[in-house]
Amino acid sequence: MQSSTAPIGRLGIDSRKLAIWLFLASEIMFFTGLIGSYIVLRFANLEVWPVPSTVLNIPLTGINTFILICSSATLVLGLASVQKGYKEGLQVGMFLTVLLGSIFLAIQMHEYHLLVEEGFTISSSIFGSCFFTLTGFHGAHVFAGVIWLIVILIKSLRGKYTPEDFAGVELVGLYWHFVDLVWIILFTILYLV
Amino acid sequence: MSEAEATTHKQPNYAGVFWSLLILTIFEIIMANSPFPKFVIVLLLVFLAIIKASLVALFYMHLKFEKFFIYIIVLFPLLLAVILTVIVLSDRSIS
Repeated sequence: MQSSTAPIGRLGIDSRKLAIWLFLASEIMFFTGLIGSYIVLRFANLEVWPVPSTVLNIPLTGINTFILICSSATLVLGLASVQKGYKEGLQVGMFLTVLLGSIFLAIQMHEYHLLVEEGFTISSSIFGSCFFTLTGFHGAHVFAGVIWLIVILIKSLRGKYTPEDFAGVELVGLYWHFVDLVWIILFTILYLV
Repeated sequence: MSEAEATTHKQPNYAGVFWSLLILTIFEIIMANSPFPKFVIVLLLVFLAIIKASLVALFYMHLKFEKFFIYIIVLFPLLLAVILTVIVLSDRSIS
């Protein structure tokens, strides 16, 4: 999927899309390093490791997970809209995705606030260090994604995207869905296991 | 090749993927608090997380419709990630 002006290599792949996939490949290794460290530290401290549900607010984070899943859905619906030439659909989809991404961040900040008030900080325990490092890096990625989405939203409001040229929407979508995918893994290993 | 020409694949069932993700997440939360042995719960939760991640990658990220070269770019670091995780996990067992 590329615009008519997109540089296409011998592989027949839009170079911008190739670049974002390579970036995501490096992100896979980045989060693998973090998750690998988490596993090592957890198994080295099993006797002091708390049951996550006794420290963390699972229902609140469950709602946050639902919000992130919804944001991925609104983004793909926006993409599908512009592919069919329905520009208003793209604008609504992008706006909802920005809104849901911002709500996710707000809830995460609220969760941090509650945890810190209860004395659970990045330096209070090894679990605290792991929790805030992993969720913090993920949150930073969400924040970057929201900024990128706002840029795409503004461009869509200016009518930049058409059924012939929607690469910008597709690229931010790849990044956003990857961030969603990482959260699916983090939610399981940090909050549920 | 124009965008319209390249987007020839059938559009995925986005709503179906959304509901699947939602139902699997609710099932995960229920399973995490179930009375089954910890080992069974961990295996099941990891399995469900892999299913959910695959749904997002294949349909929302359109990996299912991408060229083989994109698969290589994604699968190679994933393979390394699995190797790292297995090596780390093999050092200890889940209690």
